[in-house]
Amino acid sequence: MSDAYLDHKGRPRIVVTGIGVKTPAGNDVDTFWSRIRSGVSTADRIQGFDTSDLSVHIGCEIRDFDPIPYFGAKEVRRVDRFTQAGFAAAADALADAGDPGADPARCAVVTGTGVGGIWTYEEQFAITHAKGHDRVSPFFVPMMMANACAGTISMNFGWTGPNINITTACAAGSHAVGEAMRLVRDGTSDVVVAGGTEVGMTPMTLSAFGRMGALSGREADPEHASRPFDIDRDGFVMGEGAAFMILERMDRAIARNAKVYGELIGYGRNADAYHITAPSPGGVGAAACMQLAIDDAGLTNAQIGHINAHGTSTPLNDAGEAEAITKVFGEQAPPVTSTKGVTGHLIAAAGAVEAVISLLSMRDAVIPPTANYARGDEGATIDVVHGTERAWTPAPVVSNSFGFGGHNASIVLAPAPNAQ
Amino acid sequence: MERTEALNSIREVAVEVLAVEPDQVTEEARFKEDLNADSLDLVEFVMGIEEKFDVSVPEEELDGVNTVGDAVTLVLGKVG
Repeated sequence: MSDAYLDHKGRPRIVVTGIGVKTPAGNDVDTFWSRIRSGVSTADRIQGFDTSDLSVHIGCEIRDFDPIPYFGAKEVRRVDRFTQAGFAAAADALADAGDPGADPARCAVVTGTGVGGIWTYEEQFAITHAKGHDRVSPFFVPMMMANACAGTISMNFGWTGPNINITTACAAGSHAVGEAMRLVRDGTSDVVVAGGTEVGMTPMTLSAFGRMGALSGREADPEHASRPFDIDRDGFVMGEGAAFMILERMDRAIARNAKVYGELIGYGRNADAYHITAPSPGGVGAAACMQLAIDDAGLTNAQIGHINAHGTSTPLNDAGEAEAITKVFGEQAPPVTSTKGVTGHLIAAAGAVEAVISLLSMRDAVIPPTANYARGDEGATIDVVHGTERAWTPAPVVSNSFGFGGHNASIVLAPAPNAQ
Repeated sequence: MERTEALNSIREVAVEVLAVEPDQVTEEARFKEDLNADSLDLVEFVMGIEEKFDVSVPEEELDGVNTVGDAVTLVLGKVG
């Protein structure tokens, strides 16, 4: 391989050649991206199921998504909704990339999900509770298991390389992309489909997040409920979604003249080792994670042009992340956005969705605004893009994800090589 | 219960569980070859039959049940 296709550590460079999304902001990339750029939140009264008995009634739902074209009428009943959304996004990504033309044994699947098929779990639990355990569906396990989407993707693509699922809560989407990078870098795989999926907004999980005090209480005004980094934020808005991307070794992508969205150049991950849900004080874990990713990319901190934040709209996350950004970049940190103002918190899909947004932000030279942000915390110095999208000169982006359990993941993406 | 009535009810279960067209569900249709049902599909199909006819079908009674007609006979033997 020519040196031009190796990174600063002599590892194969990696580009993204296809993307697919199923999200509250849209089920195709164009609709999705235009909604993200609008800065108008998708949070709304939940329509997909009856919330009248719950104390939480708002969320960000995937709407108008028909999985049958992706599965057929029979198979669609055999997969949980998180697999329906995840596989459909992966299939869209592959269609977008075109045939990578690689040996199937060198094609891998890496998915991230927080809980797997929890809709199936709740439905089947209700059946066994009401009718007895011998009424449980024989499809309960293969539908509910967290690796079901990964298995479904590999079967349908015919890809026989590594096939793994990562379960690190809200960090799983970024971990999936990062671990996929490692498969290419270490020579195991030439092509990887990587991303996250979560359709876990059920009566039980919504109620549980509500009882934790993690959700916004703006039930009467859902459009303004998710407001990352804003001083009046009061919690996240739960969402559901999926995003997948096709990663390829750069030399192969160039040789087949593939469309290139951008390059994946850095990956960092660590643990807070502090608390099961709260971030470490002062954002020390998050700061260390970002620094690991930037070092892995072989860049200086000054070369980072934008941060796509985790920015959940909870008081603790956003304060800690803002502090972490200031720790790493000083008071002249690059512009920050959190697209969770528009999408809500897509849990394990979040990191993958935001990696896609980072790629599109570089492609179109615009940073989308943080919905509902008006004013930051007292003393916070970060530059939060808000109001309208901001034009910029594309440069490497850090995209952050932090999960319950103290899992942190940051990835660094760079503009498409021919655009630099 | 008339045989036709049992067949019609079994057809409804097959259409829902196996996602086949009603006219595929004939007495001669073989579950695996003609209706494309794998072993897990058949477990769910039998559960559907049990619900529909309010009967219990132990696994050992499924030996030799290969066609829709076999299933009709099995059900008629239970509901009379």
